[in-house]
Amino acid sequence: MAQAPALPAGFELPLELRLLRIGSVDAVALEERAASLAKRSIKKDAKVFALELAIRTTDLTTLEGSDTPGKVAALCSKAIRPDPGDPSIPSCAAICVYPNLVPTARERLAGSGVKVAAVATGFPSGQYPTKLKVADVRSAVELGADEIDMVIDRGAFLSGRYAKVYDEVVQVKEACGEAHLKVILETGELGTYDNVRRATLLAIAGGADFVKTSTGKVNPAATLPVALCMLEAVRDVHEETGRRIGFKAAGGIRQAKQAVQHLVLVHETLGSDWLTPDLYRLGASSLLNDILMQLRKERTGVYQSPDYFTLD
Amino acid sequence: MTDIERKRDRTAVPTDWTYAPAPESRDLVRLRERYGHFVGGGWIEPADTYATISPSTEETLATVGQGTAEDVDRAVAAARAAFANGWSSLPGSERAKYLFRIARLLQERSREFAVLESLNGGKPIKESRDVDLPLAAAHFFYYAGWADKLEYAFPNRRPAPLGVAAQIIPWNFPLLMLAWKLAPALACGNTVVLKPAETTPLTALLFCDVLRQAELPPGVVNVVTGDGRTGAALVEHDGIDKVAFTGSTEVGKSIQRQLAGTGKKLTLELGGKAANIVFDDCALDQAVEGIVNGIYFNQGHVCCAGSRLLAQESIHEPLVEKLKKRLETLRVGDPLDKNTDVGAINSKLQLERITELVEAGKEEGAEIFQPPCRLPEKGYWFAPTVFTNVAQSYRIAQEEIFGPVLSVLTFRTPEEAVEKANNTPYGLSAGVWTEKGSRILWMAQRLRAGVVWANTFNRFDPASPFGGYKESGFGREGGLHGLEPYLRFEE
Repeated sequence: MAQAPALPAGFELPLELRLLRIGSVDAVALEERAASLAKRSIKKDAKVFALELAIRTTDLTTLEGSDTPGKVAALCSKAIRPDPGDPSIPSCAAICVYPNLVPTARERLAGSGVKVAAVATGFPSGQYPTKLKVADVRSAVELGADEIDMVIDRGAFLSGRYAKVYDEVVQVKEACGEAHLKVILETGELGTYDNVRRATLLAIAGGADFVKTSTGKVNPAATLPVALCMLEAVRDVHEETGRRIGFKAAGGIRQAKQAVQHLVLVHETLGSDWLTPDLYRLGASSLLNDILMQLRKERTGVYQSPDYFTLD
Repeated sequence: MTDIERKRDRTAVPTDWTYAPAPESRDLVRLRERYGHFVGGGWIEPADTYATISPSTEETLATVGQGTAEDVDRAVAAARAAFANGWSSLPGSERAKYLFRIARLLQERSREFAVLESLNGGKPIKESRDVDLPLAAAHFFYYAGWADKLEYAFPNRRPAPLGVAAQIIPWNFPLLMLAWKLAPALACGNTVVLKPAETTPLTALLFCDVLRQAELPPGVVNVVTGDGRTGAALVEHDGIDKVAFTGSTEVGKSIQRQLAGTGKKLTLELGGKAANIVFDDCALDQAVEGIVNGIYFNQGHVCCAGSRLLAQESIHEPLVEKLKKRLETLRVGDPLDKNTDVGAINSKLQLERITELVEAGKEEGAEIFQPPCRLPEKGYWFAPTVFTNVAQSYRIAQEEIFGPVLSVLTFRTPEEAVEKANNTPYGLSAGVWTEKGSRILWMAQRLRAGVVWANTFNRFDPASPFGGYKESGFGREGGLHGLEPYLRFEE
């Protein structure tokens, strides 16, 4: 994958060089399309497929000031074996934590195939000097993070300083080294779908491996129209350059039904190729148990009490 | 990591996601084996009958009457009697009560009607459920509101009902067109003889049950089923005061000839060949959605369908690429499946007409694209089709196909777009896609079409008048304008 070079200072519109068309988004039609895709009726085998896929693509997340090694260790076990009673349930894709908890997660997950993702760059606000953000990323990588979830500087973006946003993504990407970079746009603060599309293309041009909707700290977060808007940008980049960029929906996805709707969106926008943890992630904390409950219902025909699912 | 955690086997992960069938249940719909004509509040036994089928499976759904001149005569007599015996002199607020009741009953029974509409007409259940039924109910609600306000709608003109209205409706939106016709006619105090389309009479017949539930006085609405002969007998009948017809331009012209000099009022809503004009500054992905909705909605059986795509040359290539990719995700099949996007062609006759025009397009030299899709063996099906490289002179750019077939043409400047869009005998609708508000207004002033949609397509509302220019007909349905064809004004 070609890495975008840093641009000379004062170059304000870096996208034109890489993408012919930034384009625009019509909010009414976008929301209508998202709503119509949300009405897809996913039943039986197709539902089981979706639910298992949702587990395989989940970044099981805890991002609280009160996180402790004990809490993270418990969550790691859950990510490896979401349902102790049913070994056929797949593992989650990753655990997503603050940098301080990366070593705990790393140790606990060793050999399991479940990745460790760390949020960095002054998460969740991103209102810190660039050099601190880069240092934050470097230390998270040194602590053993496989993936870095960075936030863009929304203050810079909304005031039109796109080059600053772009430069930071480029520098963070460089600091990531081998680690995968997910760029969080915090779409709930961007205000318009045009901005969401612009920020998506900006992050991709800067070298993002994944674009991600939200931190989970701001409402609204991963709404269906926002996800569709970003997926369409990812599709355009793929069609124009061949680059495959991943997408992560995070924030506000609590029910299995929502997860299935998100997966339908990806399926019908980017196709089956994107239905893999390499290119798609769902960031969630409380979603997993609802999926497990739905899966058990599909298998046994009856709903079980929440007491039969572990709280971690 | 503990041992038990380590033991997880990693079986091959499936990659292809096929949606399982999700059919809407047919159990809600209880059809009788045989239907007569609904005249004077009851059923009369037809002299002659024919079978009505499901176009997606070719199974017979019911036997219905082939209306004769005598049947029509009885229906007109019943309507005349109901007009004279109270309906026309009923206070508007009383008429409104019936209309509100009908609207509510339609909402209550909407699932049942939606399933039957898809069964008898072939349209996807998601459309009959989310478009046809809500709009039909909305139309009754809307005109119920006008029934007691006619004096204010036409101040100082003393509006009065016409008498008996003969209404002939098409097969593309059977129940919705019934609502478009009945609601304003009844609100204005007329009585009606309605003839549903030959291939799709069932929702109109089921609707008679709603009329009985609503306790509408006998004879106010009469339904006579049958083919074109029944329609002709109705138009010819001396006892009617007004004809409202929605259907093909050819039949519309013959009706107009027949009515010349008789003094009967007439409104026609006929064919179209709408241009969907896409400028290079539009929101591209949403324009693609609009194009798809414009032509593949209801299998293209829409008189205002955006069957000509006029793409600005600077955007033509990526637009067509995106469109083709989008077509590959369209799900064609069982109309009752909740995930179906494109259903069955309404009849064998229509399928033949579409096939004939598509062949003509190929011969004329247009380039055809159809996404790979497996069509069911039984029933009438046609894959979503796009023609590129189409010249203005080709038949597929001139004639109404009334099927899921899009012809793509290009233009360079807004002036050229207007010229090409207007260069057709029709003028029912048009679409403009641009982010520039001033250009939308500039275009709308110049497009000779009854409806101009901006950054959307095929969007309807009972408050918005609908109707055509040129060979697309005259008279307006919907809105305040939709009342006028059902009223006379005492000076």
